[in-house]
Amino acid sequence: MTSTRSATVFALALLAPALIYILTIVAYPLVDTVILSFTNAALRPGYDFVGWANYQRIFGAGNFTEIIIRTIIWTFFSVSIKMIIGMCGAVLLNAAVPGQTLFRILTMPPWIVPIAIGIFMWGWMYNGQFGMISGLLQNFGLINGPVAWLAYGHTAFWATIVTDVWIGVPMVTIYFLAAMQSIPKDLYEAAWTDGAGRFYRWRRITLPLMVPAIVTMSLLSLIATFNSFDIIWILTQGGPSGSTTTMIIDTYKTAMGSRKYGEGAARAVVICIFVSIFCLVYFRAVRRLGQGEAK
Amino acid sequence: MIDRYQWYEVVAIYSGIALFLFFVLAPFVEGFMVSLKPLAQLFSTPYSFIPKNGSFSAYFDMWSSVPMLGLHIFNSFFISSVVTLMVLVVVVPAAYAFARFRFAGAGMLLGMFLAVNMFSGAVLLIPLFRLMRAMGLLNSYLAMIVPGAAFLIPSSIWLLRTYMLRIPRELDEAAWVDGASRLYTLRRVILPLAMPGIVVVAIMTFIGAYAQQFIFALTFNSKTEFMPLPIGLYAFFGKQEVLWNELMAASFVGILPVMIVIVFLQRYLVAGLTAGAIKQ
Repeated sequence: MTSTRSATVFALALLAPALIYILTIVAYPLVDTVILSFTNAALRPGYDFVGWANYQRIFGAGNFTEIIIRTIIWTFFSVSIKMIIGMCGAVLLNAAVPGQTLFRILTMPPWIVPIAIGIFMWGWMYNGQFGMISGLLQNFGLINGPVAWLAYGHTAFWATIVTDVWIGVPMVTIYFLAAMQSIPKDLYEAAWTDGAGRFYRWRRITLPLMVPAIVTMSLLSLIATFNSFDIIWILTQGGPSGSTTTMIIDTYKTAMGSRKYGEGAARAVVICIFVSIFCLVYFRAVRRLGQGEAK
Repeated sequence: MIDRYQWYEVVAIYSGIALFLFFVLAPFVEGFMVSLKPLAQLFSTPYSFIPKNGSFSAYFDMWSSVPMLGLHIFNSFFISSVVTLMVLVVVVPAAYAFARFRFAGAGMLLGMFLAVNMFSGAVLLIPLFRLMRAMGLLNSYLAMIVPGAAFLIPSSIWLLRTYMLRIPRELDEAAWVDGASRLYTLRRVILPLAMPGIVVVAIMTFIGAYAQQFIFALTFNSKTEFMPLPIGLYAFFGKQEVLWNELMAASFVGILPVMIVIVFLQRYLVAGLTAGAIKQ
């Protein structure tokens, strides 16, 4: 409506604080990461440019490709399981049975409480000798002796995934539930009149109409999971012997553990490239789905 | 009629919900049980879920085990409150600008804010550390507040913009026709109408700020007196043993107020969560 010059000036003035803030605290560090990745910056002040040396070093070291592959596998399983459990949760919480308001509130705690506190609780549950998981499984006779879940590579890998799923599930569930409830009721009634069963109605009405919500949530969850730091750091710090070291953990260790800022920045740039690709896919998907809705 | 279930369907639904809620709540229930157990019982086998001779003594002992505990809880609330305030000051005008004015680059800027959302603080830790050091903010509240707010601004702008788009434009126009300045219109016409949306954004921001206090606190602050609760809880990890029962008790006390808020405001939260995400 208002496209006069004074209106533009006014709009920009309103935007200025947000823009300045984001440019200083996010955009500038992003540029700084790229610059640092070409230097030998470390704890001491000052640095020299070293060209592609950091990149040659990290890709030459061999285990970096392994870390990338591990991150992709870790993210893939975590996101897929979140989507499946989230969908099941949404279907269950959407059923017209008494008590649903209470059940919906009860799904929220993992999303609400400080992530670190939830992870401390999981840390105890995974405790080999006295934790709940070992304890219950032994009480039911499913395992013979105690299992220290975080002490072995493959169990630690899955333990961190389970905790990541646990933190992500409430948001996915609530989001899917909301999407499910926005589907017009008469579609179901028409199908019901035609004698379609519950599963058939879910597969032929709910699922297709929820594709935009599923795509959006998968991509947002993909980005969040890929960037997941707290869970792995608190549970295993990337161990045992690197079995839970994802790209974020690896970058943190290089930069903040060994204080190799330049090399850490190079690893961060690789992460940024991945995130940018996810962003592009996300924007395209949102645009395409948006057009689909308009038709 | 369509929603009428057979008895076996009802059983299946409730069993499913029970299983789902078990997964979601097990750590909390177990954590609460641990907080009631004497320490010796925690480290004895066989494992028992229900405490024997359970008591609330951990809830009293924890204050003397970790003398700074009260301060850590306060710090968490203080940091989240200031972050929320900062986010609102920056986000309200920005959301209004995006909701009401068409100007060159508006779409691009909005996209930029969305993209910023995708980069986590963990990736930008090195330059952020250097920036905090250069600004002399290391080891202060601001070391956690300043970066904490930055990563909550973009999603809040999107959420509030969506809300403001629903307020009829005619109201702004009517005020202008009556001779009100743009700023006056924003303050006296739009702000009161947008208040419910602003409240949702404030709650979501507060929860986000409270939930995410880990990595910035871990990296940019080493002073005990500024530590938020999640980092402060490490004080229960002794050299010999971990005071798990007191750790869990402290966790519950620290998160109780947030939980109460959720119970009362869950409607608004669900509305906010979906409004921001679905209607882009």
